Amino acid sequence: MADLFELLIGKEGEKDYKKKPVIVQGITGKFGSLHTQQMLAYGTNIVAGVTPGKGGQKFEGVPIYENMKEAVGATGAKISIIFVPAKFFLSAAVEALEAGIKLLIAIPEHVPIKDALAVVELSKKNDAIVVGPNTPGVIIPGIIKIGIMPASPFKPGRIAVLSRSGTLMYEVSNNLSLANFGQSICFGIGGDPINGSPLIQAFDTIRSGANIDGVVVVGEIGGDAEEMLAQHIIDTKFDKPVVAYIAGRAAPKEKRMGHAGAIIYGTYGSAESKVSMYAKANVPVAKRPAEVPMLLAGKLEKGRNK
Amino acid sequence: MRLLEYQAKSLFADYGIPIPKGLTSTTIEQGRKEASELGFPFVIKAQMAVGGRGKAGAIQKCHNADEFELKYPEIMQKVVKGEKTRAILLEKMADIKKELYLSLFLNRSKRCYTVISSSEGGVEIEAVKNQIIHEVGLGMVDAKVAEEIGKEMGLKDKALAQFVDILQRLSKVTVEKEAELAEINPLAVLKDDSLVALDGKMIIDDNSMFRHDELRKFQEVSELEERAEKSGFSLVELDGNIAVVGNGAGLVMSTLDMLSDNGGKAACFLDVGGGATTDTVYEALTLISKMKKVRGILVNLYGGIVKTTTVATAFIKAYDAKLVDVPVFARMSGAEADKSKEMLKGSRTKMFDTIEEAINAAVIEVNKNG
Repeated sequence: MADLFELLIGKEGEKDYKKKPVIVQGITGKFGSLHTQQMLAYGTNIVAGVTPGKGGQKFEGVPIYENMKEAVGATGAKISIIFVPAKFFLSAAVEALEAGIKLLIAIPEHVPIKDALAVVELSKKNDAIVVGPNTPGVIIPGIIKIGIMPASPFKPGRIAVLSRSGTLMYEVSNNLSLANFGQSICFGIGGDPINGSPLIQAFDTIRSGANIDGVVVVGEIGGDAEEMLAQHIIDTKFDKPVVAYIAGRAAPKEKRMGHAGAIIYGTYGSAESKVSMYAKANVPVAKRPAEVPMLLAGKLEKGRNK
Repeated sequence: MRLLEYQAKSLFADYGIPIPKGLTSTTIEQGRKEASELGFPFVIKAQMAVGGRGKAGAIQKCHNADEFELKYPEIMQKVVKGEKTRAILLEKMADIKKELYLSLFLNRSKRCYTVISSSEGGVEIEAVKNQIIHEVGLGMVDAKVAEEIGKEMGLKDKALAQFVDILQRLSKVTVEKEAELAEINPLAVLKDDSLVALDGKMIIDDNSMFRHDELRKFQEVSELEERAEKSGFSLVELDGNIAVVGNGAGLVMSTLDMLSDNGGKAACFLDVGGGATTDTVYEALTLISKMKKVRGILVNLYGGIVKTTTVATAFIKAYDAKLVDVPVFARMSGAEADKSKEMLKGSRTKMFDTIEEAINAAVIEVNKNG
């Protein structure tokens, strides 16, 4: 599998170390243009945009191309972020992956499952990492922000945050930052039933990072990603502290709670099922976002006393 | 979108999956006509988007006109797990030898479709024994795989051939209609070894609806839900009296949990989406003002890129329009929070630094007012 940190940061000595080039698909749209400005302000090295019909123009000094093949050809970028409406997502993602993109951040919400599955298949074939759809993106605080998250909640540090929810990723990271737990990476899994990088896979891309003291997993009802992760933590004997939060304990069954993926069928997807599997993996689950740093502090303390 | 039994069965019929003869009605007058067309005896089945209808008495046998006059209105009035009867299906009874289970569903962690089958169907999936599970990629099942599954279930000869045919047709309807789930439970083996789908359940991927105009006729949304959808909100109506509003599905769910932990009851889940503007928040308040049961509004906004003043402006507009007459308990974090507090001073919106404080105040106030 492609190495996420290497894609995002690179290796010391490389001329684009910590300045990896990024392409924005849908750069002139309302959402795409706003967040291109925000990402540029954060210091993300946006080298190209794509909007069919606007090739040759510029946005905020960033050259616009007709398609991904041209944009990748001109810049050699391996990272792309997509801001197109959901019904155009499949073609945009296929174009990106076929042009050689190795890390694709898929922002759109409401992508049909069939299209998400097709992108997952193609990404496996091309050995590329897809983050999302319906994700806030990925941020390495202080280095690179590829997404729609605000900058203020995130501080550089040594805790990895994986989240199925956007605003909860901000909320929990903000709580961590206030408690002096900076973040080495914050990774938005996405709120859909099908994720380009499911929780386990995202966990595996960051687990061996040298800059990680602990992991915070922000989950929610629906599916069995948390259960699978808990089992994976047990099976692979991951020994760094992991703390979880799960939203949706009070949600009724068979009602879709905002996210396409947040729905309970019978016991499949229920919070109880997730909490009990986490208990087996010795992962404490916070009752509210503000409790996360306290639980993490407790786990880190225990680790030190071992 | 979860299809009702008769809707799923109409799709099954379109794809050549055998179903019993049945007719659907929403009034007893219409029902009487259908009863005489169908002929006694038959089964009266409440059409509602929930499992466990049989146990709840929402499915009953009917042998004659007297029974019909009694049972039809009774079943029309049924509420099971909060779900009301939306229509009534009258269906011919079948001569059943055995009940099987068959479904195709989207396995989220494995990111593929999965066939689940069992020779012991007729009970809810959690209770189905001897489940046979096959992963089938993007959902298409060929004759070879279908036959393997049928044989594993112990089917032979005519029943096996029919099963192979039905499974392939079920796979086709799942893929073409973009369903997350298509379930036949029970799939009955009749005395003559033919198979028939006695029940049907399908869940269509809501996000694919833009390319399925033919399924729009099955869509049933309340006026509020329709308006919410137009504004890009997610709205789920709930039983309590405190409306919960926020930006981001996770954040609103989390607020709902904390409210419930503190003894409060949510009247709705309302996610205004990532990019809240003055207009969207105003529209959210308009929707809430239409919910009679609401005694208070709890707002949890994590600003960031969105300025909290954008939201505060919406509230002031709403007060000016006399839209909001219940107390509002708000936590707005992010840009310009202090300015927002100043703007809302003296209004019915109480601002709090943390969501925990806002929840406590909301629960106390709403309980005090009864």
